[in-house]
Amino acid sequence: MVSANPPVIEVKDLKKHFPVKKGLLRRTVGQVYAVDGVTFTVGAGETLGLVGESGCGKTTAGRAAMRLVEPTSGSIKVEGKEIMGLSKGELRPYRRQMQIIFQDPFSSLNPRMTAGDIVGEPLLVHGVANAKERQEQVSALFARVGLRPAQMSNYPHQFSGGQRQRIGIARALALGPKLIVGDEPVSALDVSIQAQVINLLMELQAERRLSYLFISHNLAVVEHISHQIAVMYLGRIVEYADTRSIFTNAQHPYTEALLAAVPVPDPAIKRKKIVLQGDVPSPVKPPSGCHFHTRCPYAVARCKVEAPPLREIAPGHQVSCHLR
Amino acid sequence: MAVIDHDAALAKAGANVSGFWSQAGFLTRRYPLGAVGAILVLLFVLTALFANVIAPHDPLSTNSRASLAAPGGTYWLGADFMGRDMFSRIVYGARISLAVAVGATLLGGILGVVIGLMSGFIGGWLDLATQRLMDIMQSLPLLVMALVMAASLGPSLENTIIAIAIPLVPSVARVVRSSTLSLREQPFVEAARAIGMGEIRIAVRHVLPNTLAPLIVLGTAQLGSAILTEASLSFLGLGIPEPYPSWGRMLSESAAEYVRTAPWLVIFPGVAISLTVFGTNLLGDALRDILDPRQRT
Repeated sequence: MVSANPPVIEVKDLKKHFPVKKGLLRRTVGQVYAVDGVTFTVGAGETLGLVGESGCGKTTAGRAAMRLVEPTSGSIKVEGKEIMGLSKGELRPYRRQMQIIFQDPFSSLNPRMTAGDIVGEPLLVHGVANAKERQEQVSALFARVGLRPAQMSNYPHQFSGGQRQRIGIARALALGPKLIVGDEPVSALDVSIQAQVINLLMELQAERRLSYLFISHNLAVVEHISHQIAVMYLGRIVEYADTRSIFTNAQHPYTEALLAAVPVPDPAIKRKKIVLQGDVPSPVKPPSGCHFHTRCPYAVARCKVEAPPLREIAPGHQVSCHLR
Repeated sequence: MAVIDHDAALAKAGANVSGFWSQAGFLTRRYPLGAVGAILVLLFVLTALFANVIAPHDPLSTNSRASLAAPGGTYWLGADFMGRDMFSRIVYGARISLAVAVGATLLGGILGVVIGLMSGFIGGWLDLATQRLMDIMQSLPLLVMALVMAASLGPSLENTIIAIAIPLVPSVARVVRSSTLSLREQPFVEAARAIGMGEIRIAVRHVLPNTLAPLIVLGTAQLGSAILTEASLSFLGLGIPEPYPSWGRMLSESAAEYVRTAPWLVIFPGVAISLTVFGTNLLGDALRDILDPRQRT
């Protein structure tokens, strides 16, 4: 992908297949092709939005890129260094570069630790500060994400959902990472709180030149925060372009359908209605050829047999469709 | 963002007061039954610790003239058929019950936690193998297991503790394993992994503390059943050897012969066991609530 900034993470042909085991002997009877060959790059200080409906593999792609789930194959380069094949110990310094914010602000914080301990834990694990420095850094992080440092001794249940997500952000920031993977970081929050958290994330990006891999099914949120967008369908990226191109010049039929489903706050506007037929096929038995052909309104015979490669149809705009 | 001042609200409710006594006062108002339990357990522990000060007679010295003496006078709670003072024997019996209950519960608990945590967190073949072993152990009743253990180890205080502790292991391991299984999939465990924490450290710091609440309830229940199992073992001659006073043996050896003629021989040890078990259960319930930070405010 064309990007002015040096890449922080380059993921190439990343695959994650989960074995399906059955029977007494737990034999592998099939694979779930959760992520099936995904390639993307996030530049320094940039946000890549990863969108798609639930079950399309976007969350797994984000985790596999961090090696939080072990990818089946592929290449992951963090600031030019390959991290696939590194042992757990060798991976540790790279953990400081990549952090994650979770969707659920309730289960992502240990209920038996104080907020201050949660945010300070990364510093403790990496041994980067003594107790007093840690206290100061955590206090600064609290202030930065909009919490009162006096709340450090409170437990997670004493915070609201938005506040808890701020604790999660502070924890992710503690080690000064280059890349933060946001796995639906605002989906569980009220709309008004969503805006606050998104704004906080954008401020932090400007301030610290952070890169985000922002995973979401909410196109409005993604449009607001992303520089680039990758649209995923059944484990593959079907369209990858800068945000403007996606929203004004979507090329893939699936992207079109997704955009048509976004509500517009004006009843006077007439929109093209595209309603996809059927459900997302099972990732255990993905359709032959183009994964989308079973639901595509424009599908032709070729789509059934041949999988379209991701091609560049305009500078920086890649689409995986035979018809474009 | 609305800032809710929990500290002020708490201070008003009296939770943040400093000092042991004011804290104890707050907890007593909040958990009156727990306070009753705490007092019973405290009494039990103090009795055990200061048995030599409290007991008016030597619990082992016999007196043929006082055989089966009724309560009152020299023998507050009567005397058994060998003329030994019941009150003194019950007071000294607290020592043995305390040692057995605490020793067996701790030993069984620690073994169970280690096994359950490893089994649940590592999973795979280790889990399968340990769980089948636990199945086998649990298929035998607690007392039968303890009997076999005690019979092969021989009667002594240490062996009684071991014999009671081992059969307690499977239930602790089960409880810890099942919470571990759900906890290891929690995002906060994944977050710990994402910051580069080692697996053992994750298990100890993030998983173990979250399994404690049910363990405390289980542990206090086991304190009671350890006391009861010790009683049964001693009755069968496999527990605490004669002539040392064990509540269980005092109760069971008098039950058949003297319950009609000298009921105090049965009633008082029974009351001692009941009060202690009752106290540990009440305290356990309150502790579970107090130790859970979610219930604290």
